[in-house]
Amino acid sequence: MTHWPFLSLLIWVPIAGAVPVLLAGDRRPQLARWLALLAALLTLAVNLAMLPGFDYHSAAMQFVESKPWIPMLHVHYALGVDGIAMALILLTTITTVLVIIGAWQAINSRVHQYMAAMLVLSGFMTGVFAATDALLFYVFFEAQLIPMFLIIGVWGGPRRVYAALKFFLYTFLGSIFMLLGLIYLYLKSGTFDMAAWQALPLGMNAQTWLFFAFLLAFAVKIPMVPVHTWLPDAHVEAPTGGSVVLAAVMLKIGAYGLIRFALPVTPDAAQHYAWLVVALSLIAVIYIGYVALVQEDMKKLVAYSSIAHMGFVTLGLFIVFMLIRAHDGDAAQLGLQGAMVQMISHGFVSGALFTSIGVMYDRLHTRLIKDYGGLARVMPWFAVFMVFFAMANTGLPGTSGFVGEFMVILASFAASPWLALLAAFTLVIGAGYTLWLVKRVVWGTPASSKVEAMPDINAREALVLAAFAAFTLLIGIWPEPLVKLLDPAVNQLVQTLGHSKL
Amino acid sequence: MSWNDLINVLPELYLTGSICVLLLFDAFAGARYRNAMHWLSMLVLIVTALLVVAAQRVGPATAFSGMYINDALAGLLKLFSILAVALVFVFASPYLRMRKLAAGEFHTLALFALLGIMMLVSAGNLVMIYLGLEMLTLSSYALVALDRDSPRATEAAMKYFVLGAMASGLLLYGMSMIYGATGTLSLAGIGATLPMSPHYMLAVFGVVFVLAGIAFKFGAAPFHMWLPDVYEGSPTAVTLFVASAPKLAAVGMALRLLDLGGGLHPLFPYWQDMLAVLAVASLAIGSLVAIVQSNLKRMLAYSTIGHMGYLLIGLCAGTSFGAAASVFYAIAYVLMSTAAFGVILALARTGFEADQIEDLRGLNQRSPWLAGLMALAMFSLAGVPPLFGFWAKLLVLQAAIQANLLWLAIVGAVAAIISLFYYLRVVKVMYFDSPAEDRTLIATSDASLRWVLSLNALALLALGVFQGPLLDWCLRGITG
Repeated sequence: MTHWPFLSLLIWVPIAGAVPVLLAGDRRPQLARWLALLAALLTLAVNLAMLPGFDYHSAAMQFVESKPWIPMLHVHYALGVDGIAMALILLTTITTVLVIIGAWQAINSRVHQYMAAMLVLSGFMTGVFAATDALLFYVFFEAQLIPMFLIIGVWGGPRRVYAALKFFLYTFLGSIFMLLGLIYLYLKSGTFDMAAWQALPLGMNAQTWLFFAFLLAFAVKIPMVPVHTWLPDAHVEAPTGGSVVLAAVMLKIGAYGLIRFALPVTPDAAQHYAWLVVALSLIAVIYIGYVALVQEDMKKLVAYSSIAHMGFVTLGLFIVFMLIRAHDGDAAQLGLQGAMVQMISHGFVSGALFTSIGVMYDRLHTRLIKDYGGLARVMPWFAVFMVFFAMANTGLPGTSGFVGEFMVILASFAASPWLALLAAFTLVIGAGYTLWLVKRVVWGTPASSKVEAMPDINAREALVLAAFAAFTLLIGIWPEPLVKLLDPAVNQLVQTLGHSKL
Repeated sequence: MSWNDLINVLPELYLTGSICVLLLFDAFAGARYRNAMHWLSMLVLIVTALLVVAAQRVGPATAFSGMYINDALAGLLKLFSILAVALVFVFASPYLRMRKLAAGEFHTLALFALLGIMMLVSAGNLVMIYLGLEMLTLSSYALVALDRDSPRATEAAMKYFVLGAMASGLLLYGMSMIYGATGTLSLAGIGATLPMSPHYMLAVFGVVFVLAGIAFKFGAAPFHMWLPDVYEGSPTAVTLFVASAPKLAAVGMALRLLDLGGGLHPLFPYWQDMLAVLAVASLAIGSLVAIVQSNLKRMLAYSTIGHMGYLLIGLCAGTSFGAAASVFYAIAYVLMSTAAFGVILALARTGFEADQIEDLRGLNQRSPWLAGLMALAMFSLAGVPPLFGFWAKLLVLQAAIQANLLWLAIVGAVAAIISLFYYLRVVKVMYFDSPAEDRTLIATSDASLRWVLSLNALALLALGVFQGPLLDWCLRGITG
């Protein structure tokens, strides 16, 4: 099959685009902004151009590219996407464009470096989703830490150094053990091809070790309780754009890693320890929900809400094992499907919420809830968006937040009504902390004269928020295209998980 | 002795002759031609490199009845040593000029050390190993004391000398026992007779001392005491030298003595455990003690100890893949440390050494390019993909897992996490902090330093993406 190397373009166009952005230099920030936007739009265009050629009925990897990279180690520069990866790559390219527009005025110092870091980050994230070679995956997985570290550390808030170091060290801690796992699998199989590993027979002992190596690496990234503590720090200190990318895309990389490695390579160990992950997910959903309730910092609140929502994703992924045990394939598929939809939805909703907080922060330079109030009066347009995203975050039917959560709860119900009851708690708690946030920030009377002087959103901010809102609504009202995109890959994954490797 | 022997050792012969000429030139040329020393030395290096390549075409061969080995491994290590010394000359030249240090002596001593390295990595006999090692270390002692008015440099040189002399003594003692057990000094002969030797345990005892000597050369814990002081006390130009080419010599020496089928390879089970202990100790000290350093050169010294730990993991595996991984690691380490010290040298000026981590504060705002190069070096040292250092770590970890040394690989992984912290701290200081008001950072205006340093650091990225040929070369160097 000959075609354009679309996936390579998606990875390398933004990275190559970072070079002229850097060359634009500190003295021409406007040029740097436009060049960065151009590169991001070009990437998005390439991504959209792939859609007509994508086969929605196939679970196989598409747009495949493969070249020997390190022949001695049988490492290939191998790329390919199925529906799951495609959906996440779309999320990445769209988010990148929005983030670059969003940072137009918010970032004023060393604009060229910020924009270049964002572009490089975008390329690496796409690389993670597109890699079908495990070592290539690992290289992208780790490499993206560098630009994110710089984004948090250079443009972040007062405690940015602490947050950036914590972010880097935590993630590195998880992934280095995964590297040992990857080396083990390579020595066992003689290849770094991820598809081949799915068919590799492994004993229970080896599977257990590997499963926990993978779980540690990806649990940090998702993040799951109890290794979630880096996230609130990173989110609070990161600049708006950093928070958006972190919440919208980087957290998904953890769940994606579980889907690609922990589930299919070590299905029996995953089956055996599914209870553990399910329990941790429920703790994330309920306990972290309560933690979110008491936050005084808006960004921290949304960060905790992200952990709770990602808890839904891991719940959906691992409830599957209980359903497979009960031979309920349809519900298993529903659970996985729900986890995926939840991931995409959370990408847009949390990205939108962080953007909204960024809009407020740009005006008042505080993230504390008590400093705001009565925004509906002074910023009516902004209030519309804010309330809408808050509703999406609580999972209001008609928004994307509802679809994923509903699917996961349905699947949990099939496994055990008690599980479903616990999971459904999120609807109450989530509504609690989100609506209370809205009540204190948007409604009421303005907290100070400074709030009264806040100007409403300008056209640029409206554009970004409207784009987020459009996607949130689209998935909420018409999830079919997304579900269709995911369906074959999810179906195949359920099949794979059903077969024991022992 | 035949013609063939001479052709095989031609690079060394040429280098020896040239050094003598350079010595005379420096003595009689006078101050006007001081700069000429630099260019003449570079010319000598280039010709030597060409001769090494030419000698490779004759090999693999041995000369002087097996005293001297001219094989792919020797060629590989020699070429990278020459490259490292050339980098040292380019990076050091403005520093020496500013400090008014004796450039003539610096160049001749470094070339003598290079000669020692070349003999060491080609040694086929215990005597040759000792000869090459002494040539290298004696030149290094003198180099460290180059700034003779500086008390710190003198102290460092004394420490280095005393500990180095002791290590040489240990090595000789061990060699004498091995000679006693096998009755031969030739490494090939030792490898052949050891398994049948009636004095097997004597040889095992000798290995302990030989390993101590090797560990000292590497700067592996617990024989690392000299390293931080030498790194910190020497003029940065000399630190750069000590941190680069001699590591290649050390890995060459270790491979000749321990691995490659001959030498002490029959005693593999014994030295594997000892090396593992050395590796773990080095990883622990390298990663933990570096955290509390405020002096950049000293921090890099501890980081070196840690890196030698990784290199020893590769040797521990005892496989040809492990040996190739160590050679790869040594090359990676040399290129990373020349880049890191190169940045320090590019920032140093009269009265300002730029050797405190704090000195780099806000470098990104003063000189983004240099900050970028240093960040590349730091991320590479930390082993973050896609940079060169990552592949080096990957290979040694793979070698360890392959040899059923999973626990050692896990120790290596833990050390990588701990050491990441202090590399990140350097990046943090450069990027996250604002520049100090009272001190201005000025990047060097020396064009050749700027260009070559840029190439050096960018090579860390380029070799991170296209590491295949080098890896291939390392494997061919081991398997012949």
